Amino acid sequence: MIQIDQVSHQIGGTPILHDISTTLPKGRLTALIGPNGAGKSTLLRLIGRLEPLQAGRITVAGHDVATTPTDRLARVMAILGQQTAIASRLRLSELVAFGRWPHHKGRPGPADRARVTQALEAFALAPLAHRFLDEVSGGQAQRAHIAMAFAQDTDWLLLDEPLNNLDMAHARALMSRLRALVDHAGRSVAMVVHEINYAAAWADHVIAMKDGRVIAEGPAAEVLTEALLSDLYDAPIRVGQHLGRPLVLHHV
Amino acid sequence: MDSRALDPGIAARRPEAAAGPAPDRRPALILGGMALLLALLAAVWMLQGLGPGNRGFILGLRATKLAALVTVAVAVGVSTILFQTVAANRVLTPSIMGFDALYVLLQTVLVITLGGAGLVGLPPGAKFLAEIAVMSALAATLFGTLLLRGARDVPRMILTGVILGVLFRSVSGFLGRIMDPNEFAVVQSVSFASFNRVDATLLPLAMAVTALAVALAWRMSARLDVLALGRDPAVSLGLAHRGVTLAVLALVAVLVSVSTALVGPVAFFGLIVAGLAHGLMRTAAHAVLLPAAGLSAAILLVGGQWLFERQLGQAATLSVVVEFAGGLFFLYLLLKGRIR
Ligand SMILES: Nc1ncnc2c1ncn2[C@@H]1O[C@H](COP(=O)(O)OP(=O)(O)OP(=O)(O)O)[C@@H](O)[C@H]1O
Ligand SMILES: [Mg+2]
Repeated sequence: MIQIDQVSHQIGGTPILHDISTTLPKGRLTALIGPNGAGKSTLLRLIGRLEPLQAGRITVAGHDVATTPTDRLARVMAILGQQTAIASRLRLSELVAFGRWPHHKGRPGPADRARVTQALEAFALAPLAHRFLDEVSGGQAQRAHIAMAFAQDTDWLLLDEPLNNLDMAHARALMSRLRALVDHAGRSVAMVVHEINYAAAWADHVIAMKDGRVIAEGPAAEVLTEALLSDLYDAPIRVGQHLGRPLVLHHV
Repeated sequence: MDSRALDPGIAARRPEAAAGPAPDRRPALILGGMALLLALLAAVWMLQGLGPGNRGFILGLRATKLAALVTVAVAVGVSTILFQTVAANRVLTPSIMGFDALYVLLQTVLVITLGGAGLVGLPPGAKFLAEIAVMSALAATLFGTLLLRGARDVPRMILTGVILGVLFRSVSGFLGRIMDPNEFAVVQSVSFASFNRVDATLLPLAMAVTALAVALAWRMSARLDVLALGRDPAVSLGLAHRGVTLAVLALVAVLVSVSTALVGPVAFFGLIVAGLAHGLMRTAAHAVLLPAAGLSAAILLVGGQWLFERQLGQAATLSVVVEFAGGLFFLYLLLKGRIR
């Protein structure tokens, strides 16, 4: 479980998050939704200790992110930010191999190498493994970053808009892989997602944010209603049904 | 997704593709070749045209100069790679960011406050070590703040560095004008680059300090690889980002102090060397990059100095040529938009 208690955050004097308290349930796929600028990335970065916590408390599986040694946290959660630029010039295989670093600290063993190969294959990157990051397409690079987080092999996986740049087939494949991680490997996943139907179809739990506050949270079917979504995005949105799950008709 | 992963055509053509990072012998071969070339150059440097008379004396002189050149080369090469890693940028060098100007300023201020005579009175070794300590603390604070705050904005970093460099240099220049001419002479010797004049008194200490700093950097190579990814990925992989950044900056300051004390500031030499190391090795692994930078710097300096001093009879000075070539390379990198 990720427990967030009274977290507030400001950047340059402007309040970004207002006194947020919520939980992300363990063993579930949680989707964070909300309009641009709602504070989703900021909240995820605070959980992933990419930003220092200013006020409040966050624990991930019982580890206080403000006080737990950072290398210990790297074996509990993996976080992939919205901006995925990498400074060094790396081959895809090298990038994914960095996901094992928290475990071997520079001395990879055969198990680490096997895990990297597995992650490359899982994201259809094996044929591209020897290419440099700047020699592949945006979606392929995005998959490599996800594969790196995947190779980190942590109980918690935090992904900020992982569907960015992915085509329909790869987006669906990613969601089904995340679903499998949750259902069969006992992992927990939290992801920011804009395409609301991915949340509707795959997520167990939805947290809706607006203007730095959580305005609704709960099972997907309860949160993704016409009234709530229209209010969340300040636009009339119709919601239908498909295979027993909400189908959001936001594009018409 | 899986069906594409197993595309038989691609898999058959690249059977090794999925094997992850294959053990690559290229870096080891190149490093070996560079070490051999350096040994050859060193032998030529020591033995060329050695007459029968005064052998011991000449060999001693040559050995001192060789040691100084190699020390400076290693310090410049390694410090540039370290700085580029910590700044996540291939265009910056410690000199461009004003590290050596800071060292010259520190010297000037020390000479003024302690007085030229007092300074000469201090044992040179103790004074050197004190300078290195102050320099590391200053650089870590100053550049640490700069990097930990706004590392993502590269143009701003370059601008800040250039302005800092100009600031340090002009303050030193101003202090130089108002100070006693005798005292100024002490400062002037570290203000301009020259490979012909090497301060030999500091050499043994400088060599020891360089060896120590390089050994520490080498031990950090796995962490440097992670640091080079950039802040977010490094933190997410559990690197103590702040601590490692400050430690690396302190090492850079130590190495820049050594090279500046021995031959004066060399602005663009590091850029050539780091460019060579990255270009030759084609890897981001610091365990390979650091020795490659040290070796290529040593080859360039020893070879270049041999050429200019012995073959061209000082018709031109190596420092000028190196700076000119380095400056051109800097412009080339900027124009190609390789600001990364
Ligand atoms: N570095 C910054 N300086 C100033 N304001 C910032 C900064 N980063 C984010 N903000 C502001 O904080 C608010 C929340 O940003 P955040 O990135 O968390 O939004 P988000 O919900 O992830 O949006 P998006 O869906 O567009 O990614 C926004 O209003 C944004 O303008
Ligand atoms: Mg965002």
